[in-house]
Amino acid sequence: MFSSRNGFWPALPALVLLFAFFLFPVVRMLGFSVEGGTFDWYAKALGQGLYIRVLWNTFEIALLVTLFCLLLGYPLGFLMATTTPGWATLGFIFVLLPLWTSVLVRTYAWMVLLGRNGVFNRLLVEYGITSDPIPMLHNFTGVLIGMVHVLLPYMVLPIYGAVRKVDPAIPAAAAGLGASSWRIFWRIWLPLTLNGVFAGCVLVFILSLGFYITPALLGGGRVIMIAVLIEQQVREALNWPFAAALSAVLLVATFLVYTIAQRFSQPEPAR
Amino acid sequence: MSESKGSAELLIEGVGKRFGDVVALDRVSLRVAKGELLTILGPSGSGKTTLLKVVAGFETPDGGSVKVGGAEITSLPPAKRDIGMVFQNYALFPHLTVKANVAFPLEMRNVGRAEIEKRVSEALAMVELAGYEARLPRQLSGGQQQRVALARAIVFNPRLLLLDEPFGALDRKLRETMQLEVRRLQRRLGLTTIFITHDQEEALVLSDRIAVMNKGAIQQVATTTEIYEHPANDFVADFVGESNIFHGTVSAPGTVALDGGGSVKVTSDKPVGTKVGVLMRPERFGATGANLFAGEVIESVYLGTSFKLRLALEGSRELLVRQPARGTLPAAGSRATVGIEPDAIHVF
Repeated sequence: MFSSRNGFWPALPALVLLFAFFLFPVVRMLGFSVEGGTFDWYAKALGQGLYIRVLWNTFEIALLVTLFCLLLGYPLGFLMATTTPGWATLGFIFVLLPLWTSVLVRTYAWMVLLGRNGVFNRLLVEYGITSDPIPMLHNFTGVLIGMVHVLLPYMVLPIYGAVRKVDPAIPAAAAGLGASSWRIFWRIWLPLTLNGVFAGCVLVFILSLGFYITPALLGGGRVIMIAVLIEQQVREALNWPFAAALSAVLLVATFLVYTIAQRFSQPEPAR
Repeated sequence: MSESKGSAELLIEGVGKRFGDVVALDRVSLRVAKGELLTILGPSGSGKTTLLKVVAGFETPDGGSVKVGGAEITSLPPAKRDIGMVFQNYALFPHLTVKANVAFPLEMRNVGRAEIEKRVSEALAMVELAGYEARLPRQLSGGQQQRVALARAIVFNPRLLLLDEPFGALDRKLRETMQLEVRRLQRRLGLTTIFITHDQEEALVLSDRIAVMNKGAIQQVATTTEIYEHPANDFVADFVGESNIFHGTVSAPGTVALDGGGSVKVTSDKPVGTKVGVLMRPERFGATGANLFAGEVIESVYLGTSFKLRLALEGSRELLVRQPARGTLPAAGSRATVGIEPDAIHVF
């Protein structure tokens, strides 16, 4: 594994750290989940309708968040990669500034905006667009909005990178050969930036699967994702073995998604 | 989009383009006849690439017009111009096979499947790449990629073919092969072609006519021999080939008094008193002649077929001379005399 002897020693502190604070706890956690030599907790996590619903919910939200991030992130990343340096810098500031701000702060900000008496609803009612406030907090919509906002940079940056890597002469050549903007996008830009799209989708999807703070706060206990469930089991039910089993399920699901994505991330050339 | 109507005449009239304070094109006018290969020759920054971009539609001129086959195309987007272009770095579609690359312009024109098959095969055969259909661009050598780019640019019968320094990345031998091949193909298809290069040798090999550009303006448009033998000004004389350029005044019919002293006999009939430039190509000197120059040899190089000498003349002027390699190479520091006939001197 360590083909270069010289490479091993400098990496040792990090390896020790990884082993002590990552690998060991994970193994320990997996141990919890099969305590007493039984797979009962797994049977509960994967067999009972309620928990399957949570798992399904988690995947659904992760999928939708990924989709919306892609729909918003591709045009933004594309614009940033193709505009003048000044505008690109401005774009970076707007993308990165939220990324450097605490998730907690951003989530609370969304609570202020989305609440029943929040900024959005007041504007909507005041201008007579709706007669009653639209429920946007403590439901599916709120979780979706908050998560898309938090995770958008993870989509924008890989796509930006992929677009930057394309030689501008290539789309220009396509235009010169008679392709409309629409066809240049589908035949040239999209296939050539697919790796960035995959990277962004995998990042956002995997981060979504295990997301805790935003669904916990914006979901208000009514939108249960698996991470929220695990926390409840640990803190409220004090059921560590079940929490461990759920964590293991999340870990395996994440790993599966990652493996599948890896297989697809080197797209074969068309025809 | 309809099928291309095939090769046509190009007319550029008074095209100007500024980038901030920089004048990239200074009211350029140029006509390229149907089926002609015209080379735009100039140093980098001379505006030749900008001119090509204006013709291809990637750059909008500030003024003037571009017409192809009599129809105004100045404000048409590139996709609607029916112009085939080969880019400096080929700009092949890296994710598409050779076949899909060449088929691309036909697909964009909604040509039928069977017709696409047929024309792609023909185009690939023309550039001698039959059998490479399934390869990806990265699996090809530079010269082969170049040929794919060429096939892709001609497969849809474009009205014009534009080549932007296409051989810059190739080694010398391959470059020469490709030059001849492009020339052969262009003649066979009767394609109106603009070729851009900064390499004057390439321009001489390829062109019907050459347009020499500098500082955003066309300096001279003429046949290759005209450009070489009768350049219009200092820039053209200096840029194309090796040259000795002096300045002076016509002092008597057929005589130019040079600014640094001395005079030369010429065949020009410019009136007495005219300020003129005098061009003497290094290879036109012999051992004797009506005009003799004596000086100290400050550099002498043996080049196989010729000697290349640099002589220091009086008045701190230098003379570059090429002579057939016969006898012994004059040593640096020795004195030498060379001569040139009046009809070998170009006055402008």
